[in-house]
Amino acid sequence: MKAIEVVNLVKTYGAGETAVHALKGVDLDVFESELLLLLGASGSGKTTLISIVGGILSATSGNCVIRGREIVGLPQSKLPKIRLENIGFIFQGFNLFPALTTQENVEIALDLKGVRGGKAKKRAAELLERVGLKEKLKTFPADLSGGQKQRVAIARALAGEPPIILADEPTAALDSESGRLIMDLLQELAHEQNRAIVVVTHDNRIFDYADRIVKIEDGRISKDESNEQTDAATWMAVPSASVNIPQTA
Amino acid sequence: MASLAIKNLFHEKVRLVVTLTGIVFSVILTAVQLGIFQGFIAASTDIVGKSNADLWIVSQNVTHVEQGVEFSESNLYKIVEIKGIERAEKQIVSLGAQMKKSDGSDEGITLVGSDLDGGMGGAWNIVEGSLEDLKKPDAIFVDKLYAESKLGITKIGQVVELNKRRARVAGFTKGIRIFTSQPAVFTSFKNAQSFLNMREDETLYIVIKAVEGKNLDELKSEIAAKLENVEVLTRSELVYRQGIYWVIGTGAGITVLVAAALAIIVGIVIVAQTIYSATVDHIREYGTLKAMGATNFYLYRIIITQAIVSGLIAFVIGISVSLVISRISLEGTLAIIVNWQLVLALFVLTILMCCGSSVVAIRKATTIDPAMVFKG
Ligand SMILES: Nc1ncnc2c1ncn2[C@@H]1O[C@H](COP(=O)(O)OP(=O)(O)OP(=O)(O)O)[C@@H](O)[C@H]1O
Ligand SMILES: [Mg+2]
Repeated sequence: MKAIEVVNLVKTYGAGETAVHALKGVDLDVFESELLLLLGASGSGKTTLISIVGGILSATSGNCVIRGREIVGLPQSKLPKIRLENIGFIFQGFNLFPALTTQENVEIALDLKGVRGGKAKKRAAELLERVGLKEKLKTFPADLSGGQKQRVAIARALAGEPPIILADEPTAALDSESGRLIMDLLQELAHEQNRAIVVVTHDNRIFDYADRIVKIEDGRISKDESNEQTDAATWMAVPSASVNIPQTA
Repeated sequence: MASLAIKNLFHEKVRLVVTLTGIVFSVILTAVQLGIFQGFIAASTDIVGKSNADLWIVSQNVTHVEQGVEFSESNLYKIVEIKGIERAEKQIVSLGAQMKKSDGSDEGITLVGSDLDGGMGGAWNIVEGSLEDLKKPDAIFVDKLYAESKLGITKIGQVVELNKRRARVAGFTKGIRIFTSQPAVFTSFKNAQSFLNMREDETLYIVIKAVEGKNLDELKSEIAAKLENVEVLTRSELVYRQGIYWVIGTGAGITVLVAAALAIIVGIVIVAQTIYSATVDHIREYGTLKAMGATNFYLYRIIITQAIVSGLIAFVIGISVSLVISRISLEGTLAIIVNWQLVLALFVLTILMCCGSSVVAIRKATTIDPAMVFKG
């Protein structure tokens, strides 16, 4: 089933002479149980795309349907609920709350869902155990390694049981071993829990995790292939600028 | 989640200290400046405001009580029949008296003479001596504030020269301030008459206590209808005139008022700036919360909790310091009056400022810029 359906999505920042055409008509479907890698050069529009899909940025035109619900044109006041019920974000910079312990970091996501008190504590502990941080419940983010921080962030994203997870460069700040651990986790979430996962990355160390690789270039999808059809090595070997782009209509 | 608000606040101790220092400083600055202004008002009006009288009969066109002109005491007899009056007495307030100091020079004083049995016009704040002593001929009470420094008076029984007449110190009051910084001297109405060489059948003022529950405006018109060439004012009307004359009319209060206004503005700016930057420091966290599905209401609740908690802590510290400063000042010549009205007003102002400036800051986060949450 389609988790995300993007049709002819356009995003223009600003207007007039200084307008930046970040997305120039993007079409993309993402399915349940799918781990999709979104590649593209810096400035190609990756963050813009997942921001719109995640309901934190409004599109200029086009459609974006999240699990059957059109979100383009929805009033701002309706979006928090859609994010809360559908989307889990994972950030390159982790974005943990430094004043809270790992357990409290997860609890705050549960609080947003209306789960509080002892129940929230227990659930947060379970989620952290699932990402392998059972021993670190009372630790503050400052005392964790990058990989551990990102795992807390994943536990936090999972607190809301989101069917869709959007990750922007989740492994960029990590060593390769930590990066693989994170990708193992995300892959498991896609394959065993049927979540749709979009990972924006430059990190060629993780390409082999992809079920599908989509390339965005200058605001347009330039390549969209199932990973089985392609040898991951070709993605790595060819610099993006020289890829021969079959134009998607 | 209230705990995020509180934990964020206490997580960075240095930031917290900076924030609190800013607000504490603003509270003290504003409290002290407004306290000085209130001290000015009190000094200019206490002689009327502290009186127990509901109404004052004054000579026409009086702008301030120290300037009253004599009128006949027959006015008193014309109104004694009026039902709404519980008590009416003659009263004297004059800044025209001179006391000779031991070095032979003269010092101007403000002389208050009142019916000591009625207790409407003085003396107040008696710290030594009794009203009975004050009834004796020549007896005076001197306020401690300037007794020693300006008049060289230190103890009961001291004999001084007041308007070329012998006067004997029978007691002391404390903390009665006069706008002109003259020492306040209290005595009986009769003594004051003779110190001022007034005719025995004349008075400067008549003070009136109304019967409990009587409408003062009605009583005022009833009295005015029976009298000519005098004015009848309620105590607050006369206090207002006093204040306007001394504080505004002489220009002396304007500088204090301007300083107080500046203090409020500076205080507001500091509080706004401190809270604003404390909020902006955490803007990425608020953006993250927003991305996690928090509503604007949820964010506002966190921000406002933080603002109120910092505001409260800083206010308690600031106002405590201000109250100590105020207490100390009352021993000296510059009164800084921090009363409960001022405390309440500053409380409301502080909390509003804290909430207001944090809400302005949070607007940045409620319209999330993806770049803010996604940057590495
Ligand atoms: N708030 C904004 N205002 C104006 N232009 C913007 C804004 N955000 C992004 N852009 C522009 O839109 C284009 C796409 O930006 P986007 O951040 O989506 O790229 P990206 O693919 O995520 O790049 P990177 O790999 O560097 O993160 C860029 O040209 C960028 O400069
Ligand atoms: Mg980006």
